[in-house]
Amino acid sequence: MFYIWKKELKAYFYSPIGYVFIAIYMFVTGVFFYISNLQLASADFVQVLEALTLMFIVTVPVLTMRLLSEERRSKTDQLLLTAPIKLTAIVLGKYFAALTVFLITIFCTFIYPAIIGVLGELDMAVVIAGYVGFFLMGSVMIAIGVFLSSVTTSQLTAAIATLAAIFSIYILDSIIAGMSDSWFSSVLRSISVFSRFNDFTMGIIGLSPIIYFISMSLIFVFLTIRVIEKRRWSE
Amino acid sequence: MIEVEHLSKTYGKKRAVNDISFNINAGEIVGFLGRNGAGKTTTMNIMTGYISATSGTVRVDGYDVLKNPLEVKKRIGYLPEHPPLYFDMTVYDYLMFCAEIKGVIRDKRRAHIEQIAETVGVSQVMDRIVGNLSKGYKQRVGLSQALIGNPPVLILDEPTVGLDPKQIISIRKLIKDIGKKKQTIIVSSHILSEIAEVCDRVIIINNGSLVAQDKISSITQSGLPTRLIVRVLGQEKHVKKELREVYGIKSVDVIGMREADSLDYLIETNGTTDVRKGVFNTLSRMNAPILQLRSLDATLEDIFMNLTDDKEGEE
Repeated sequence: MFYIWKKELKAYFYSPIGYVFIAIYMFVTGVFFYISNLQLASADFVQVLEALTLMFIVTVPVLTMRLLSEERRSKTDQLLLTAPIKLTAIVLGKYFAALTVFLITIFCTFIYPAIIGVLGELDMAVVIAGYVGFFLMGSVMIAIGVFLSSVTTSQLTAAIATLAAIFSIYILDSIIAGMSDSWFSSVLRSISVFSRFNDFTMGIIGLSPIIYFISMSLIFVFLTIRVIEKRRWSE
Repeated sequence: MIEVEHLSKTYGKKRAVNDISFNINAGEIVGFLGRNGAGKTTTMNIMTGYISATSGTVRVDGYDVLKNPLEVKKRIGYLPEHPPLYFDMTVYDYLMFCAEIKGVIRDKRRAHIEQIAETVGVSQVMDRIVGNLSKGYKQRVGLSQALIGNPPVLILDEPTVGLDPKQIISIRKLIKDIGKKKQTIIVSSHILSEIAEVCDRVIIINNGSLVAQDKISSITQSGLPTRLIVRVLGQEKHVKKELREVYGIKSVDVIGMREADSLDYLIETNGTTDVRKGVFNTLSRMNAPILQLRSLDATLEDIFMNLTDDKEGEE
């Protein structure tokens, strides 16, 4: 798994993708930071993180579209699947590589709360909780992206499908918010990704949303493995 | 070393591989012969664990590919039809990655890669990006990949396809050299001369079924020619008369004129005597030069055409 992870991580930074991903985040975070923190003279950085979650719609597809679709298109999956490594290790290696790029990006954006810390008073607990939530939510989105890149041989299809999937999650969340209480809305609410994030923005690191995010990620990683495993029988 | 039993693979209604069984002993070089679409690649993909069979078993060194896939994969180096290359890596990085996932010990990786690169002849392109290499070099890099980890079994799917004649010859030579190291090799091809040149034994597949498997030598019947065609410059009457008197010849018939002043004769022998010497001596005595002498016995080509004669029509 380590070697797959290493190879994918290298691939991110051999190509422009890794740099572009980090640059987009730094830029957009900078813009939000300027608007909501500097201009309004507010020390509330979590607002920025909340706004940044919107960015998943465009950034996650960039990060994940290539991961499995390209292996199949260029037939390099034959190398991986006939090498003495487990399929789980291959998929996890790739997933963790995408997560690592995401994590590096997050570390880069620490500069903004650090500026607040220097210039004013930063509520460390809330920022840390916000970041933990942000990372966990991102890992679910990335797992969805990895899954969708396993079902197609085209990067573009994978990217569009991921974009559509994440976009639907946002739409779904805003629909839930406007629904009157019924059994249906409570079912939807129980799977909502966004409402889990709200706890973190208030500075609460609760066990249940953490478990929720991690299990959502695992479900999609598991589905990815199943899709590839299934294909061995049908193809 | 490799035991394949009743292997079948169906795609929807189409049977790609139909009840194939064969054994391959350690150290053998076996050719997998069949027309395009005969099921060679599918069979190889199943043997390497890339896809699963619908039914049947494959065992390598006693391990079942379904029950112990990792043990099987450890023992097989596979060069698929399209070499699985990452075009944006350098050759060195690529081979290093292969060594890593194939579990070559860390300290030995570098030396191991360099040694294989030397054997296969890619040492001089180690720092180049794979995507920029010529087709011949890409194929060599693919072959290096299969050799990494010194697997006891090598499976090469059409290793010379799309290469120029010079590259083909050098790849064949490479395969023969590797075969000398007691590795078991399976080479697929639709080119007969290639199989005949490289392999000890041939397995012929047609329409997903195994139609023949034998030693190259016994398939082409190394025995004496029973029918000969001889093209002679000289008078028909004399030639016929003299030839009929040669010991071992049953009959002589004229089959036509292909070259000015000469005639082609079909000679049938009793099957136990080599008549070629007698034919030569007789004709030379009567000053009738032989322009051509060839055996009409089945070549590998003929056998192949017979066996794979497709009665169900073309695809």
